[in-house]
Amino acid sequence: MIPFDYRRPGNPAEAVATVIDHEGAAFLGGGTNLVDHMKLGITEPRMLVDVSRLPLDRVTETAGGGLRIGATVRNSDLAAHPWVRRNCPVLSRALLAGASPQLRNTATVGGNLLQRTRCPYFQDLTTACNKREPGSGCAAIGGYNRDHAVLGASEHCIATHPSDMAVAMLVLDAAVVTLGPGGERTLPLAGFHRLPGDAPHRDTVLEHGELITAVELPQLPFARRSAYRKVRDRASYAFALVSVAAALELEGGTVREIRLAFGGLAHKPWRARLAEEALRGAPATEESFRHAADVELAAARPRDGNAFKVPMARNTLVSVLRGLVNGAERVRTDRTEEDR
Amino acid sequence: MTAGTRPLAIGAALPRVDGPEKVTGSARYAYEQPPPGHPYGEPVYVHPLQADIARGRVDAIDTERANAVEGVLAVLTHRSAARLADTGDRELAVLQSDRVAFRGQFIGAVLADTPETARHAAALVSVDYAQEPHDTELLADHPGLYAPEHVNPSFETDTDEGDVDKAMAAAMVKVDRTYTTPMEHNNPMEPHTTVAVWHTSDDEAPDDEASAGSVAGASPEAPVRLTLYASTQGAHSVRKTLAPMFGLVPDQLRVVSPHVGGGFGSKGMPHAHDVLAALCARAVPGRIVKLAVTRQQMFSLTGHRTPTIQRVRLGADVAGRLDAVAHEVVERTSTVKEFAEQTACGTRMMYAAPHRRTTHRLAALDVPVPSWMRAPGEAPGIFALEVAMDELAEAAGLDPIELRVRNDPSADPETGKPWSGRHLVRCLAEGARHFGWQHRNPAPGARREGDELVGLGVAASTYPYYAPQGSRARVRYDGEGHWNVAIGAADIGTGSRTVLTQIAADALECPAASVTVELGDTRLPMATVAGGSAGTAAWGATVVAAAHAFRAAHGERPQPGAEAHGGAEAHPDTKRFAVHSFGAQFAEVRVDADTGEIRVPRLLGVFSVGRIINPVTARSQFIGGMTMGLSMALHEHSVLDHRTGHVVNHDFAGYHIATHADALGIEAHWLDEDDPHTNPMGARGIGEIGIVGCPAAIVNAVHNATGLRVRDLPITPDKLLH
Repeated sequence: MIPFDYRRPGNPAEAVATVIDHEGAAFLGGGTNLVDHMKLGITEPRMLVDVSRLPLDRVTETAGGGLRIGATVRNSDLAAHPWVRRNCPVLSRALLAGASPQLRNTATVGGNLLQRTRCPYFQDLTTACNKREPGSGCAAIGGYNRDHAVLGASEHCIATHPSDMAVAMLVLDAAVVTLGPGGERTLPLAGFHRLPGDAPHRDTVLEHGELITAVELPQLPFARRSAYRKVRDRASYAFALVSVAAALELEGGTVREIRLAFGGLAHKPWRARLAEEALRGAPATEESFRHAADVELAAARPRDGNAFKVPMARNTLVSVLRGLVNGAERVRTDRTEEDR
Repeated sequence: MTAGTRPLAIGAALPRVDGPEKVTGSARYAYEQPPPGHPYGEPVYVHPLQADIARGRVDAIDTERANAVEGVLAVLTHRSAARLADTGDRELAVLQSDRVAFRGQFIGAVLADTPETARHAAALVSVDYAQEPHDTELLADHPGLYAPEHVNPSFETDTDEGDVDKAMAAAMVKVDRTYTTPMEHNNPMEPHTTVAVWHTSDDEAPDDEASAGSVAGASPEAPVRLTLYASTQGAHSVRKTLAPMFGLVPDQLRVVSPHVGGGFGSKGMPHAHDVLAALCARAVPGRIVKLAVTRQQMFSLTGHRTPTIQRVRLGADVAGRLDAVAHEVVERTSTVKEFAEQTACGTRMMYAAPHRRTTHRLAALDVPVPSWMRAPGEAPGIFALEVAMDELAEAAGLDPIELRVRNDPSADPETGKPWSGRHLVRCLAEGARHFGWQHRNPAPGARREGDELVGLGVAASTYPYYAPQGSRARVRYDGEGHWNVAIGAADIGTGSRTVLTQIAADALECPAASVTVELGDTRLPMATVAGGSAGTAAWGATVVAAAHAFRAAHGERPQPGAEAHGGAEAHPDTKRFAVHSFGAQFAEVRVDADTGEIRVPRLLGVFSVGRIINPVTARSQFIGGMTMGLSMALHEHSVLDHRTGHVVNHDFAGYHIATHADALGIEAHWLDEDDPHTNPMGARGIGEIGIVGCPAAIVNAVHNATGLRVRDLPITPDKLLH
């Protein structure tokens, strides 16, 4: 760890200006990912601009019936928020499926969106990684890639995005509000994270010095019937092998409206629009769920170590939708966390 | 129980005597040493340099940029480090040559005034290598396989009786399968740490009289005493190994280790970091040097369990009675030091058959040095044997408990000696009752609850009784009814300080509250290592002997300050009897039919281990071992990237260990026993048996739940997807 400066600006505009004015400056939120990276030498910011105490810690209902979530709201607080639990259980469940209680108490909403891949090669300076060091190669290709991407990867990077929260927010049609050198802008979350292409060092479309100030959720009444299911190697503190976020609106036995997203499969939270399309107006049966999953996963390109993700993603999607239809949402995995 | 140990304190649920110190944070672990008030000034921090090739030579090390960093005191390399007097143990011959034998090996170290500076400067050192092709991949038919002279610690490599092949050909019911276990790492909570100081003659601490005499007249320029504050399972064994390497007589090296945050075998012998810390301290005499191995570094430097490839063959008659048992093991060692895990040794005594064979073959590869990890041998070996037994039960159409009952030998199949107490059948019967075994549906995949497939499994467990000799203890009467008992043993979190207090109290016929036990210092009498589940037996017998010696010398009304030393003789019966502990492990698993996720709502073990000294600490050992067995079954796997030779998942996010949320319901029971053939306490040992058999019970339960037989650990969800 090299010596660095530490600043604590009083408002978001000052935070943005401080980062823009200083080469090698980085925003510090909960620090649960950045500080690890500094210890490991993955990133060596010259200055940390601490935004964790900015007045961005409010959760407020919007005039349109949606929710505005300040960027520094802690993951555990958001998971426990009554509005979230009532109107979009998928988000509460996703948050509680993430990390460990200690980490959730520290991690912020903005930081969660910006956390970086847990690809072990990205985190190991002695190996090649285009995300860490553009042009150096990808050690995960041909290496240990059990946790890696099957959708949307490139020959330059097969990393996955590790967030659970973002997968849930994606099905809620969330938008990311930022403040940058050019002022405030609002981006759909669906366009926020990038696919790796030939520039895997860029995880998102944010510019240097652009600060997330809030996440907005529109009103989505049918998200009351929503679920998040994370499949993982152990019951807690493990990243998703596959996760599924879903919100479902039924009319009789037919799918009227649906939102679906996968986690653990791609360089970004993966909105399953092809599956959604296949299901809109279709009978809410196991057969159509399976068909929809297959449609979405037809583009999957597994590597040596992760072919299992394709059937696992299909089965999980079917299981989650079956659960939503039955009204008996499957919460076995997450319940142990929540009851703590 | 033999005379002189009234079981008053023994058997009582005495809370840990060092519990308050630990929960208030005042118990001093290695990194927090030495205590305030020492004369050594500000500490120096070490960050090691590690090879990032798996085989070759260091050609050049450029330390200029690192040396230029403010706060850096020195950069040690193989060129600048002091020469060791003995380099016979090549794991410990740190910085003595330019050879690199595995990735992650120490090739240097930075000494600086803060840990951050040392780490930063270490990243600025650039190294040129002459790289050579390496081989880290264990294969069943590896061309380099060889038979070691013996297997850990000194068992025969191979055994062969009768004609296994012929018996297998003739068997009515048979199993011939290969089982594998992966490379695993011990990962105690407290990473390995060594704080070292080479004393100059003017820094004598007031209590240093013990060794000061031997170096009287030494000049300040010639530091001749070394103190290591280490995180170790055996202060005396560290001293015995390291003193000659530094050209010291034992009195010149003191090892202090009062509290240790777990070891699981990885702290059972000194590793390279102990030597490196001492070498670094040698470069800055009179100063404290602190080396805390990082979690990532532990994956190359502090031992691990070898992967195993095990072929097990069982042949039986239609009634399930074994006619042939063969267990042939292929495993790995390093090129710098041989460690031959005794994987098939448990099979030699577990079940009888006229035709029997066990073999161990090793490949010495370019990997870090494997070593002891909780129940070396038994943990992987009994996994394979006990899954094979389940497969045999299925093939014979027998209940798996009944199969084991039918094959329970009346004497040790290997030596013919009578058992000191083989109560496996009782453990199985009691376990079956507690667990509700009668509710098991023997048809695989037949019990479904919602989306979950539910299965029950069983396996037997065993662990040998070791009683290492050579420990000594000192008993002193401090007056006013208070006793001090000193023994250079270790408490690595198991509760040995507590149980020795109980044993001493009964031997001295006084309340436990009147006894203070001192451990973890080579200033205290010699004690053997905390390993082989033997600590309580070996040290407890020693404490009893010392207490008897005290009474013989000082009678019932001693003067304050009176003391006596004692050591225990081996119990003569241990030569006449086959002394082993046994257990029965039961598991209920629930497998998600869609995702393959496995959860274990219930584990239950019943153990026969001789007398239990303290039910509280004993329970911790059993359920801790079973949790580690659960972890071995479902999670633990050090993934070696054979292109580079490094463990890819070298942290707690990547190397999965069971979390609280995985360890849902773990129950341990034990038989009320007293083994008269072991030691004055009638105890055998409990530290390791909890892990043994547990993975097999889980694998067998997964088979009962799903019909899928996973023979390669760990069982991850992808292996159950369909």
